Amino acid sequence: MSAPTSTLVAEAETQPSQPGRRRSGRWRYIGSKLLGSFGALMFVIVFNFFLFRVIPTDPVRTLARNRLVSQEQVDELTRTLGLEEPLHQQFLTYLQNTFTGEFGLSFKYRQPVGELLLDRLWPTLLLVGTSTILASVIGIYLGMVSAWNRGKRIDHLSTGSSLTLYSMPEWWLGLVFLAVFAVGAGPIPELFPTGGLHSTDVDPNSFAGGLDTAWHLTLPVLTLTLAYLAEYSLIMRSSLLDEMGEDYLTTARAKGLRDVYVRRRHATRNALLPTATLVVLNLGFIVGGAITIETVFSIPGLGLLTTEALEVPDYPVLQGTFLFFSIAVILANLVSNLLYGWLDPRVLS
Amino acid sequence: MSDTTLTPRRLTWQRRRQSAGRTWRQFRRHRTGLIGLGVLVFFGLVALFAPLLADHSGIEVTEATGGVLEGPSWDYPLGTDANGRSVLTLLIWGARVSLMVGLLATAISMFLGTLVGLASGHYRNFFGAALFRITEWFLVVPFLPLAIVLASLLGRSLLNIAFVIGVTSWPATALLIRAQTLSIEGRPYLERARALGAGDWRQMSRHVLPNVMPMVFANTTLTVAIAILSETTLSFLGLGDPLRVSWGSMLDEAFNTGAITTGAWWFFLPPGICVILVVMSFTLIGQALEEVYNPRLRDRA
Repeated sequence: MSAPTSTLVAEAETQPSQPGRRRSGRWRYIGSKLLGSFGALMFVIVFNFFLFRVIPTDPVRTLARNRLVSQEQVDELTRTLGLEEPLHQQFLTYLQNTFTGEFGLSFKYRQPVGELLLDRLWPTLLLVGTSTILASVIGIYLGMVSAWNRGKRIDHLSTGSSLTLYSMPEWWLGLVFLAVFAVGAGPIPELFPTGGLHSTDVDPNSFAGGLDTAWHLTLPVLTLTLAYLAEYSLIMRSSLLDEMGEDYLTTARAKGLRDVYVRRRHATRNALLPTATLVVLNLGFIVGGAITIETVFSIPGLGLLTTEALEVPDYPVLQGTFLFFSIAVILANLVSNLLYGWLDPRVLS
Repeated sequence: MSDTTLTPRRLTWQRRRQSAGRTWRQFRRHRTGLIGLGVLVFFGLVALFAPLLADHSGIEVTEATGGVLEGPSWDYPLGTDANGRSVLTLLIWGARVSLMVGLLATAISMFLGTLVGLASGHYRNFFGAALFRITEWFLVVPFLPLAIVLASLLGRSLLNIAFVIGVTSWPATALLIRAQTLSIEGRPYLERARALGAGDWRQMSRHVLPNVMPMVFANTTLTVAIAILSETTLSFLGLGDPLRVSWGSMLDEAFNTGAITTGAWWFFLPPGICVILVVMSFTLIGQALEEVYNPRLRDRA
């Protein structure tokens, strides 16, 4: 791996010394990242078009084989996709529809796909947001403990369990939790509800309703947290170990600073850099990853919407959720790049 | 010296044998890697000799002999499923499909990833830059949603599911190979090859590829782990081959027939544990190989 280091050296040599040029470097960095994200967005939009039109030789015929779908719906799909028009005309119509938020009508719900997506957005955000915060805080802490006690029993224990969690389909863990804590196994009683977001008899907007939602979300959040915690703690551990060999830590210790202080204020700060960007980067993928967890715990979010759409198959909904999940990743990518630039000004030049 | 007839070809083979022996000696020192290899060999043998271990008629719903979701007994060591089939039989035949799809998907992903990675690292012109951009874009497309959409559009079969996983997982490999290619292309022996008039194809196939291969190999084992996890997830979502039993489709059946709510642990625990064991052993082997091939990592724990 000599190439990355040599380019780093080259960059350091050409680093401008005047503050004015430094600032222009920052704008150029932000600009290039924005442009890159815009390119990716365009790619995803074009990809989404061809995915649903070119790969199945004829989506309408695929759909017509399904008995649940009526002739009217087939006609409607033909009209929405504009399949009788030439391809370039179809593409223009698609672009116009995408930018105005018109994704067509869902076959199953007979509702505009845009509305459906907005309805189902909040449960997913709640699930993903809570799990991300918990997973990153606990994961980073565990990674730090592991790295400081490298080679000791606690390190082996933490690394070993992280690896096991990492090798597990997260929804399987959800199934096990469901069987143990929601259905009850042996001496363990039924502690949690088996699925859904609210009980039917509670107003979701009241305080009791909030508690009820938290009750329903405990197991799914626990599952997702454990699934992502493993990755964060492994990354934090390895980046802290990388950092611990650096000279500036020896200097700090030689100055007479206490070990705890050196670790907390010097090593951890720098080691947080890759972990923080990974957490943000993952946020986009986690939204897609919530698909299985929402299915297992029947949480009415975007993931469940996707798996339900699979059964029909509800192409307008699938197209909409696919676009949404991709945009989530692009946004997360952009934010993590900007965050990295802000945390580590060396990349700006 | 007895090797008086040392032709270039024999010399090459001798060197290759020596290097393989060296790799094996270094690999042997990684206890976790060896354990992974052992577990993997076990599952490989089970998959290979599935017809000897369990009769194929045991996975036919119409020829099921047991009761509905019966607990473990002498006749059915891991109980029965909702159709009265032995879970152990399903598990043994499921190993075949899970491993096969995992390996097939990895082969596709590795082929695409290596090809694109090599080309985008080798060509320093518009073509290479464009390939790099495309790789980056594909990396952005979220894996599971894309796999779901592709699988639902292509239809449900063993080959399709392997294809879907392979096609969605190549960009990470391509980026890795590209970085490796860039670092190798800067070395003097490539300059020598260029000076002697080696064409693009010869440079890539004879000089860069052999040096990238170890990384490809280490990465392959990690990719298989991901591919098997993906197969399990896609089958769980009902996108697997409906005619074959895999660990993922067993879990799908367990979930849909209420094995979770009736506490039939013998139906949903074993497939999951098998997936974990196989995925973990591939990961451990991959990590050990990475450390063997990447000296920078060797002195880190």
